[in-house]
Amino acid sequence: MARFSDANLAIANEIISRYPRPKSALIPLLHLAQEQDGWVTDDAMRHIAELTGTTPAEVKGTGSFYEMFKFHPVGKYMVNVCTNLSCQLLGGEELLEHAEATLGVKAGGTTADGMFTIEDVECIAACTEAPCLQVNYRYKLRVSNDDFDQLIDDLRHGRTGIPEHGTLATVRQSIPAEAGAGIVPPEEAREAPVWLARNEVEATDGGGDA
Amino acid sequence: MPTHAYVPHAPGYVDNDGPKIVTARFPYEDSFTMGRAEATGAYDGLRAALERTPAEVHNEVREATVLGRGGAGFPAGVKWGFMPPGKYPYYLVVNGDESEPGTYKDRLLMERDPHQLIEGCLIACYALGLAQCFLYVRGEMALAQERIATALNDAYAKGYVGKNILGTEFSVDITLTWGAGAYIVGEETALIESLEGNRGMPRLKPPYFPAAIGLYGQPTIVNNVETLANLPWLMNNGAAQYKTYGSEASPGTRLVAVSGHVQRPGVYEIEQGVTTFRDLFYGDNFCQGIREGHELKMFVPGGGSAPWFFPEQVDLPLEARDVGAAGSMLGSGAIIVMDETTDAVKAALRLVRFYARESCGKCTPCREGTTWEERVLQRILDGEGRPSDIDMLLDIADNISPGPYPNAADPAQGLEAVPFPPKQTTICPLGPSSVAPITSTVRRFRHEYEAKITKRDSIPVSAAPVAGETMESQA
Repeated sequence: MARFSDANLAIANEIISRYPRPKSALIPLLHLAQEQDGWVTDDAMRHIAELTGTTPAEVKGTGSFYEMFKFHPVGKYMVNVCTNLSCQLLGGEELLEHAEATLGVKAGGTTADGMFTIEDVECIAACTEAPCLQVNYRYKLRVSNDDFDQLIDDLRHGRTGIPEHGTLATVRQSIPAEAGAGIVPPEEAREAPVWLARNEVEATDGGGDA
Repeated sequence: MPTHAYVPHAPGYVDNDGPKIVTARFPYEDSFTMGRAEATGAYDGLRAALERTPAEVHNEVREATVLGRGGAGFPAGVKWGFMPPGKYPYYLVVNGDESEPGTYKDRLLMERDPHQLIEGCLIACYALGLAQCFLYVRGEMALAQERIATALNDAYAKGYVGKNILGTEFSVDITLTWGAGAYIVGEETALIESLEGNRGMPRLKPPYFPAAIGLYGQPTIVNNVETLANLPWLMNNGAAQYKTYGSEASPGTRLVAVSGHVQRPGVYEIEQGVTTFRDLFYGDNFCQGIREGHELKMFVPGGGSAPWFFPEQVDLPLEARDVGAAGSMLGSGAIIVMDETTDAVKAALRLVRFYARESCGKCTPCREGTTWEERVLQRILDGEGRPSDIDMLLDIADNISPGPYPNAADPAQGLEAVPFPPKQTTICPLGPSSVAPITSTVRRFRHEYEAKITKRDSIPVSAAPVAGETMESQA
């Protein structure tokens, strides 16, 4: 139920600085909130609204459009089984049934111990390696029932190195102040970029030849 | 079991000994690192571009006819020319929100060679005088985000991105940004909405396309990842060399993902307009045939949104014009192959369900229609279908996409091809896309629908299956 920690607040401000308008940072900030707490809390959305000059309703309005944001606690591991056509043709639905039977919850549900949430998801772009799934958005390809059981065992015993739900990339972009070209609102960038003047020089030169 | 001849560190990618314009670095296990990228000529294309004027670079892209690889296939050089002069700032938004069913090539390009993509972005920014580039990666692609973040940090440190790039006056920032799970955000105006921090709902166009009024109301170029990944090679080798690959109308190569019932599914770099579907499905360098003991029933030639093809269409080349005239599209380069064991109704339902789930809800015909389509198909599959259901499906479809819907020819029934694209009563093509699986299968396999519907008559009412039960479970 938390606002951003001091460390995450610094990250949030850095993210905001990479956009010409703060509101553009809204989705990355919702991800940061989910990374911090495992799901998106009301307090986090209030904090995001303050940081981006929006209202909590706008933050939730945007966030609720997107499948990946969870507004209630979910499992430590999201197990997303693809059942779209390419996977369906090669056993995606059967894999999902096996997952549901093994973990004892239906798609959309979370196990009582809070370890796993299963989802029946749309195409995750690994179609030639069907059937496939993602655990916290890390791929597992050509998954057999045995592979699945092994995966669950590995996850239970912390043998996978997959971070807890909410963490996407483990590396963040960072633009050093002296290296950046300068990100400003559109109102402050009305001049033609200087290097386009090369075209004019060329046109002048070319004009002499014509 | 399919044979595996994959590049082990790039699961899905198959090296087919063809020309490599965008996958040249894929055979290296460390292809995504700055060290490997620099050792194999990364940023040489940028250097070549910086030696020319921006207008010359734009002309080279126009001359090469680099077709957009996201789905619509519009020439990038022409699109670039649509920005109104002098209305600065201009922006570049890179569409890496790859979500079309069956499609994945941009994910591999982002994971395996982020420097090639960054270099392509820089070339576009230089040519057009763009103020900032936003690299929008699909939310679910954690590894791609990680690889691009690392590559950007390294590229900033080396002076390839940012202020006074390679000691020139050219300066531009690239911002990595990412989504959170919404197929519709792959539509360019929805992508811009998402990047502005809004719900990803498409904007009405025409009159104003993003090149005129885009991000923050400014002229904006939205290009697909693969489109931009072509630019470094093009700058190094020139348009004339680029056009020695592929066909006259569709020069160069493109990545296609072939999935489903083939011996060796994979992502292949092929020559556009030259390679045929037959080459792809049966060729030794490609998929090596339909899975053993089975035969081709039908295939989706260009992503979930494309009308389906059948065995009569396998000799078509992967040429946008020809495939369009034959009633479908190459779209995103996703080909899903289905053999004779596939239940046409079940397969159609699965794609329709995708569109019903992913409809953003802005346009009524799509929001309501896709849900109706899904429910009617589900009840047919469940053995609960009514005799009027086929006509009802076609009627709903006609409300989303009026008139004859694009379809392949069916010589056996004396039906001619209806060329692409479909008409639409919606702002974007998502709704009309949901119609493709329905008309494709009803036209060709109406008997499969009828068999499921009439079967109900033979089932005593008391034994009518409950929702959720499938035809197989009754058999």
